[in-house]
Parts: sequence; structure tokens; C-alpha cells
Amino acid sequence: MDLMTVLQVLDSTVRLATPLLLACLAGLFSERAGIFDIGLEGKMLAAAFFSAAVASLTGSVWLGLSAGIGASLVLSGIHGLASITFRGNQLISGVAINFLAAGMTVLIAEDWFSQGGRTPSLIAGGRFDGITLPFAEALRDLPVIGPIYYELISGHSILVYVGFLTVPLTWWILFRTRFGLRLRAVGENPAAVDTAGVSVVGLRFAAVAICGVLCGIAGAYLATGLQAGFVKDMTAGRGFIALAALIFAKWRPWYALYSCLLFGLLQAVALRYQSIEVGGLVIPVQFMDALPYILTVVILAGFVGKAIPPRAGGEPYVKER
Amino acid sequence: MDRMPGWADAILVPLISLLLAAFLSALVIIGIGESPVAAFKLMVEGALMRSAGWGYTLYYATNFIFTGLAVAVAFHARMFNIGGEGQAMIGGLGVALVCLYIPWPHWSLALLGSAVGASLFGAAWALIPAYLQAKRGSHIVITTIMFNFIAAALLNYVLVNVLRPVGAMDPATAKFPDATHLPTFQDMFSTAAAPMFRGAPANVTFFLAVIACVLVWLLIWRTRLGYEIRALGHSEPAARYAGISPVRTVVIAMLISGGLAGLMSVNTTQGEAERLILNSIEGAGFIGIAVALMGRNHPLGVFLAAILFGFLYQGGAELALWTTIPRELIVVIQALVILFTGALDNMVRMPLERIFLSLRRRKS
Repeated sequence: MDLMTVLQVLDSTVRLATPLLLACLAGLFSERAGIFDIGLEGKMLAAAFFSAAVASLTGSVWLGLSAGIGASLVLSGIHGLASITFRGNQLISGVAINFLAAGMTVLIAEDWFSQGGRTPSLIAGGRFDGITLPFAEALRDLPVIGPIYYELISGHSILVYVGFLTVPLTWWILFRTRFGLRLRAVGENPAAVDTAGVSVVGLRFAAVAICGVLCGIAGAYLATGLQAGFVKDMTAGRGFIALAALIFAKWRPWYALYSCLLFGLLQAVALRYQSIEVGGLVIPVQFMDALPYILTVVILAGFVGKAIPPRAGGEPYVKER
Repeated sequence: MDRMPGWADAILVPLISLLLAAFLSALVIIGIGESPVAAFKLMVEGALMRSAGWGYTLYYATNFIFTGLAVAVAFHARMFNIGGEGQAMIGGLGVALVCLYIPWPHWSLALLGSAVGASLFGAAWALIPAYLQAKRGSHIVITTIMFNFIAAALLNYVLVNVLRPVGAMDPATAKFPDATHLPTFQDMFSTAAAPMFRGAPANVTFFLAVIACVLVWLLIWRTRLGYEIRALGHSEPAARYAGISPVRTVVIAMLISGGLAGLMSVNTTQGEAERLILNSIEGAGFIGIAVALMGRNHPLGVFLAAILFGFLYQGGAELALWTTIPRELIVVIQALVILFTGALDNMVRMPLERIFLSLRRRKS
């Protein structure tokens, strides 16, 4: 393997890790506030469809992005209503949201475009194109650094950079602001937050809304950045891989970045090679597909460092009267 | 706090939730420019007015009874088994191995053998998540989701690399021997003069599903184990205090749940396709969640809800055939049923409780 091959695999790692990362951070906000969210997949799917649909109807990718975020926020609103206002089961609500998105996207796509549940392919202006960073062309011929800068760091769409910048931003919000402190507290001990006179319901709805926005960006990136248009079930389990990455990262932002890059690398390798030979042993591609889930189960089992979720996660808060 | 009467809890609340879901589904159909009344007529016509329609409805219902019971048994122990999909997939592997490698003399013996294979394989797939939940506190919902994906990858590998006959292109096993062919409703109920259930896939497995309903009812409400499962589901500290081992009970409940989910593969794999294909489950594991929620975790409720979803599935196929409404409408209806009967349960329950409370106050 030469440098170019390595760079190409890493480049596709970055592209494939971005939607995982955005969805993972979305789940991070929600779960740190004590709202389990297995509906990440559905929100991404809805956002992917509406961003592609609006982008193809208006020709503006930015309008598409806003539509995607809007759609994801609507589903977040339903999740909040069910799990915060009516104190329902958060997991069941998440399952319902996944199915709602899977069904509605195809239904509406059929009604609007009649192309078998897909949107028309997006052309220039309807997609996020790669941005060439400054000096990329000039530095290209430098040995080692040049190709790394040109191939790996430069040339991604803006949402990739947004995704990676969201990591320090998330860290800063959660661990350096008052809002973040309260958000983490409401996921550990909502009664204490309530006693301090801060609205538990308000905080949790804020967290769920942030989750919606980030899922919206993740979905929009899938349909308008990574690919050109929406196809049925295009998230293909990414929402669940993001959930796995979140557990793998033990609900911490920087580790979320690392685990998403790892899972992105696995996807990139599985995409490029059908099977890999390691010392005479052939690893089938299906094993690569399953590896993120297997790793998550191992982490969950607690044999390699225990993953402890936020303590109040999954439990609706009932004010004492 | 005062509670509402039992009949309201068991019938009125699910009924109102169902009506809400139906109302929203009708709005969705209007939204895509079709008439809900005409659509409903078409669904009834296609699914219930002909015996072949019933044959499909009951075939789908058989799947949903098994997966619904699987979710319901786990719910009684307050476990949310979302892994029915994976357990059924691996159950299908059990059916295929039993049918392909054991020379069965008669279909009845083959049915027994494949039922044992399916439930053992399904239960085995639930074992690790169950053990991790009970012993190490790993959340069962997450582990069973992960196991669904692992099952899909494993099945893909086995079908492509191991069980695929030499020279075949599609990832599937060879056709099962003729001796394992299960009698369909057509074989059983048709006479030369009056053909019934022509071409429909419903088969003898339906009766297995009915027996499973009865057995689950007996298990949950008439045995010591069922009592332990329910006690654990109501209150773990109380169950522990009564000498019930939470680890043992959780693992056993999940094994039964996984076994039931696995059993649905007898219907799809041996009963219908007569070979193991990659996507034989088609989401039935997830529909089990809706069925169990709607059926209030009671076998009779699960049975009725499964018939309803069988009707929706067959009706939805008819809609896709005759109108511009895609099959995905069923997924939307399923989502709305899960949302209203599961997650938004309190939205219906709270106002109802208030009404009953005020009625009672007026009386006294």
C-alpha cells in the first residue's frame, strides 16, 4: 500500500465518519440530558429526504439544509412530547419515530416525484461541493505534507468541517458553560436541578432540540454532500452505528470523534476491499460490517472499561407534589 | 390514586389510541391525494372478502403472533426485546439446517424438528443480551439492536459463503426436500368442487401460533415461572425479597422470548419459501412491538392485533397493486400505532382517568 491508497482510504473515512459524528453528538446532547434517543436513524432519514427534495425543487442547497433541519426538529418535537410532556417510554417513542420516517419519506417521495421513492439526482447548486482550502493547490507538490493537505484535509464539503468543529463546540458547551452544567445535571439528577429552580422540562426540550438540529445536518449531509439525492432507506443503519459510537465513547465529545473515525474507517475499508487477508486469515467483509456492533457489545459488557450511561437516562421526571 | 375500571384500561384506551392512529393515517392518505374510504374498501376487499385474501392475511398474522408474543413475554419481565428481527433471522438458520441435513420421513415430524431448531437458535441469539442485562447491567435494548445487525451480517456470510449451492447466484440455501413441505390451507381445506385459499401461503404453522398463544397464556398466568416473571416486572426489589432470582428470571424470560421470535421462521422459511433467503423476516420482528403494545401483552390481545396487522399487510399489498399508494403506508400506520398505544399512552390515559374520577365523585 502506497501513500496515495492510504490517503484515499482516510479521505473516505473522513467523509463516512461525518454523518456518524453529527448524529453521535446529537445523541450525546439528548442522552446527557436524560432522554434516550434511538430515533437518530429516523431523524437523519427524514432530514436526508427533505433536504434533497427541497434542494431539487428550489435549486438551493441551503434551503434544502434548512428543510432537513426543520423535518428533524419536527420529529424531535414528537419525541419530546411523548417522552417529556406525556412521560411515555422513550425507547418506544424512538422506535415509532424510526418507522414514521422510513414510511413517510417514501410516501411523500412517491407523491412528489413518482420515481420509486427517490428524489431526482441533484445537480450543481443543489449539492454541497468540496471546498478547496487556501494554498492547497500551491502546496500540492510538496512531499508527504502536500498530498496529505490536498487530499485529506482540503476538498471536503462545508458540512464536514462543520461536523468536526462541532466536537470542540460540544465540549465547550457541555463542560464550560452554565447551560452545559445544568444539562448534564438534568441527566444525572433532575430533582436537584428542579430544586435549584431550573426548569427540567425546558432543559430537556432544549437538549432534544439541539439533537434535532444536529441530526438534521447529518441527514442533509448524507443526501446533499455524500451522495446526490435521496434514495429509500439511505441512512442504512447509520443512526444505530452513531448510537454504538456514543456508547463506545462513553458519552464524551472527544471520544465520540475518535469512535466515529474508527467506525468510519471500518466502513471505508469494507467499501474498498471485499475481503482482507491478515497473515493467511481471510476476514470476510460481513465481519467488517458487524465489527462496530460487536465492539459496542463488548464495551457494554463491561469487560473492557465499563460504559455507564447518565443515571437518569430513560426515566421521565415526575415532580413531587 | 383512584384508578379507572378494568374494562376501560383494557379496551377503551387501546381503542381510542387506535382510532387516533387510524384518523391520522386517513389524513396521510388524503395528503397524497387518494380517498381513505376507497382505500379502506379496497383493503377489505383484497384481504377479507376472498378466501385467498384471508390466506395471505393469516399467513402474515402467523408471523406477527410469534413476534408479538415474543415482545409480550419480555415486556412482562419489563424487558424491551427489540431484537426479534435478529432472533427470527437466526431461527431461520435453525430451520434451514434441520430441514436440509436431517432426512425427514413425514412433514409432521419435520415440523416438530424445525420448530425445535428455530426456537433453540432464536433463544440462543437472545442468550448473550439476556445474560449481559441480567449479570452486567448492559441495556438490553442497545444490545438487542446490535445483535440484530450482527445477525444480519452473520446470515449474509453463511448464505453467501457456506449454504449457497454451488453455481447459484442469489444468497439463499438449496430448496428443502419435498418431505418437509408443510400443508398449506389450500391443501387442507380445498375440495375438488370448491377450491379454497388458492395460491395463498397460509399453512399449518398458523395452528402452531394459536397453540403458542394458549401456552404463553398458561405460562404467564398459571405457572410459578410466569408469576415470577410478572413479579419481577412489577417490582424488582419485591421480587428479590420474595426469593425470586432476578438473573435467572430475566434470562429465562428472554430465552422464551427469543425462542418465540425464532419460531416465526418456521412459517416464512419452511412454510412459504421452502428455502432460507436473506430477507425472509421483512420487519416482522419490529411489528411484534406494535402488536404486543396494542394487545396489551395478553395472548388474546396479541392474537387479535396480529390479525389486524395481517389485514393491514395484505390490504397494503392490494393498495400498492391497484392504486398509487405505496406499501410504505403500512409502515406509517405501524409507526402511528406504536406511537399512540406505546409512547403517547398517557396522552389518552390522563384525560380518561380524569373523566372517570369526576364521574365517580358525582355519584358519591
